[in-house]
Amino acid sequence: MSTLRVEGVTVRFGEVTAVNDVTLTVKPGVTGLIGPNGAGKTTLFDVISGLRRPSAGQVLLDEEDITSKGPHQRSRMGVARTFQRLEVFGSLTVWENVVVALESRRRPAKLARELLDRVGIAEFADNQADTVPTGAARLLELARALATDPVVLLLDEPSSGLDRAETDAFGELLRQLSAEGRSVVLVEHDMDLVMGYCDQVHVLNLGRLLVSGTPDVVRADEGVREAYLG
Amino acid sequence: MTALLAYTVFGLVTGGAYAVVAGGLVLTYSTSKVFNVGHGAIGMVMAFLYWELAENRGLPQWLALLLVVGVCAPLFGLVVERFIMRRLAGAPVGITLVAGVGVLVGLIGVAQVIWPPMARPVRPFLDQLGIHIGQSFVSGHDLVTLVCAVLVAGGLYVLLNRTRTGLAMRACVDAPELASLYGTRPTRLSALSWAIGSALAALGGILLTPVVQLDYVTMTLLVITAYTAALVGRLRSLPWTFAGALGLGLVQSYAVAYLPSSPFWISFRAAIPALSLFIVLLVMPQSPLRIGGVRGTRGVATPSAATTWVAAGLFGATAVVLALLVDPVVAGQLALALVFGIVLLSMVLLTGYGGVVSLGQFTFVGVGAVTVARLGSASPVALLIGAGVAAAVGALIALTALRVSGLYLALATLGFAQLMDKLVLQSPIAFGVRGSLQVPKLIESASGQLLLAAGVFVLVGAGVLAIRRGRLGRRMIAVKDSSAACATLGLNVRWIRVWVFSLSAAIAGLAGGLFAQLRETVAASDFQLFNNLPLLLFAVIAGVTSVSGALLGGVLLMLLPVLQSGFPAFAGVAVVLLGVAAAGLARDPNGLVSWGFRAWSWRRA
Repeated sequence: MSTLRVEGVTVRFGEVTAVNDVTLTVKPGVTGLIGPNGAGKTTLFDVISGLRRPSAGQVLLDEEDITSKGPHQRSRMGVARTFQRLEVFGSLTVWENVVVALESRRRPAKLARELLDRVGIAEFADNQADTVPTGAARLLELARALATDPVVLLLDEPSSGLDRAETDAFGELLRQLSAEGRSVVLVEHDMDLVMGYCDQVHVLNLGRLLVSGTPDVVRADEGVREAYLG
Repeated sequence: MTALLAYTVFGLVTGGAYAVVAGGLVLTYSTSKVFNVGHGAIGMVMAFLYWELAENRGLPQWLALLLVVGVCAPLFGLVVERFIMRRLAGAPVGITLVAGVGVLVGLIGVAQVIWPPMARPVRPFLDQLGIHIGQSFVSGHDLVTLVCAVLVAGGLYVLLNRTRTGLAMRACVDAPELASLYGTRPTRLSALSWAIGSALAALGGILLTPVVQLDYVTMTLLVITAYTAALVGRLRSLPWTFAGALGLGLVQSYAVAYLPSSPFWISFRAAIPALSLFIVLLVMPQSPLRIGGVRGTRGVATPSAATTWVAAGLFGATAVVLALLVDPVVAGQLALALVFGIVLLSMVLLTGYGGVVSLGQFTFVGVGAVTVARLGSASPVALLIGAGVAAAVGALIALTALRVSGLYLALATLGFAQLMDKLVLQSPIAFGVRGSLQVPKLIESASGQLLLAAGVFVLVGAGVLAIRRGRLGRRMIAVKDSSAACATLGLNVRWIRVWVFSLSAAIAGLAGGLFAQLRETVAASDFQLFNNLPLLLFAVIAGVTSVSGALLGGVLLMLLPVLQSGFPAFAGVAVVLLGVAAAGLARDPNGLVSWGFRAWSWRRA
């Protein structure tokens, strides 16, 4: 059971402020992170996973400041992520993709089949990863992230490319992961998925945190409607 | 004080010529995203052409200059852009680099064919003019150089900042599709930038001729200084590039003036361009890991362990039969081919699997050879020590270049190779004052040598394949496809690279030891910096992703000098063919052998 805290994080790209003084807490369970395009969601993921240093602010895992740690160190502390723009290892097979992740944690390679089964892409195991459909590639990134046995799991638009039935199965998987005590953060545009499965939702707009609360609170919020519709 | 002034003027003049060359490099890079490794070679060929017109054919200097810089060089740039570089738009750095090296090597071949080696003095411009500043004399040629540098700087500034074309050129780098929506034609802009870039390479080359003399390789590699200047400008900023070029000119000039003239400092002076390249690369701000998009490459299928052993058995049997049948001369040549094959295996690991283009792989061969030669024995232990020393040097370069990747890493390997070349391999430290060393053979008979090389090739080849099938192999390829994902999975991307570099260097070093004892005499001239470039080309042409490719490449590398000495007329042509083939095949690093694989699998299907 781990708590991730982001405190006063700001990211500037030259003149543009992509993330502006965001403070939020992620507890075990499923947390939604939503907002219109350009709200700074993926940038925040980059900061949490260590791929980007924030211009200001801190990232804390169980009250330990991990802001200065590199991505591989954070991964070893239990932070895993998937990518909105896919980052599968295209030259390797789907199975090898997961094995690389397992081996990096000195876990046995035979777990790979189980993980592929769990996310539902066992049929693609021997295909080269740059040939599988987008939906399957996203699930592969999930399986690969799970291979590191994470306590905090950042999912960047995992359901795009999935059909209805696959999305429902994915929702079930989210429930299981949350029951295992992991903290799952979900960046998602599928509102049914977010409202149906999240315990807590944070709304970002133009780099700022707009609202935090349960799905019901967020749904009722005027500011959120304006941000999305206005 | 007057000496200082004189050396300052001299430094500024040299720096001005560098600036002209570097400006062209930055212009082509920033509009086409292709780093033209062959930029210096274009300057070299054009300088020869200028000699042909102005000295050999007796045209007035101004007319020859105008024809070369204003007509021939831009046309040549257009041809290179149209037929080679345009097809590589958006290709990975490794591929554009290989194509550039292909152009470079091909042009050296062209120059050798058209202008066979001989002394070719070139009259400086305005040699009857000149002014005295205090006691120092600034020649007319120096003045012309300075004026050209100022004109080029001003011209490029106006072009990029004050004209619509320049604005479009800058826009086109970031989003060619977008630029074409606004009615500019990205291909036309790219062609224009290559035309101007080549003209500047030509101008710089001609201006530098009285200083460095007409020489194929020296003039071509002079461009390393221009690389450094361009990197000071981070391949984008022209003002910084010009500042960098002038700074380098001054540093070199002051080094000549104020460093002691002992042998070490003389070689140190020669190493200044490489040293600065290395330093600039290391202090440049680190770029974050690139994110976005699936990358995958279609390698050739990796054979299973069983297939590997069967193939190894067949290969071994063939080697034994050949050792019994062929005469000693051929056996020696085959052994050499296999030794080169082992060098190429080191590149299969580093470049084929790891995706790192090394422009300095032959340096490690040199390190292995020198170590074995200095140990005075070619015992297996000595060979392993040679491999170990090369591995240590490989680790050293990987550690110093930890922060850079892609193009910058490739240039760092080139800088490192030049550094080793000037400071170690070409200096008395390595091969002594006579420049050559004797090495006792491990096995006397030529057929024994063939079997030895075959045995090592089989072992190393099987080892490389085992690495590919195993954990390190998966990791290397994962790092190549996405370092960002690797990092978020807990892999320390940089350490993996240090491993791969040292392992690859160890293989090259082992080959170096074998080479030394096979040849019995090794000399500094065997390990010149330039040798790195054909090596890379042979690796890519034959196939840098497979053991069979390494074998084929080794045979080709062995054959090149044999053919050249058999058919002297063919010498330059072979080099041209090599460059052209590499530039054409750069897109497919699986190389010639993969055609064979494909034909085989098609036949079986």
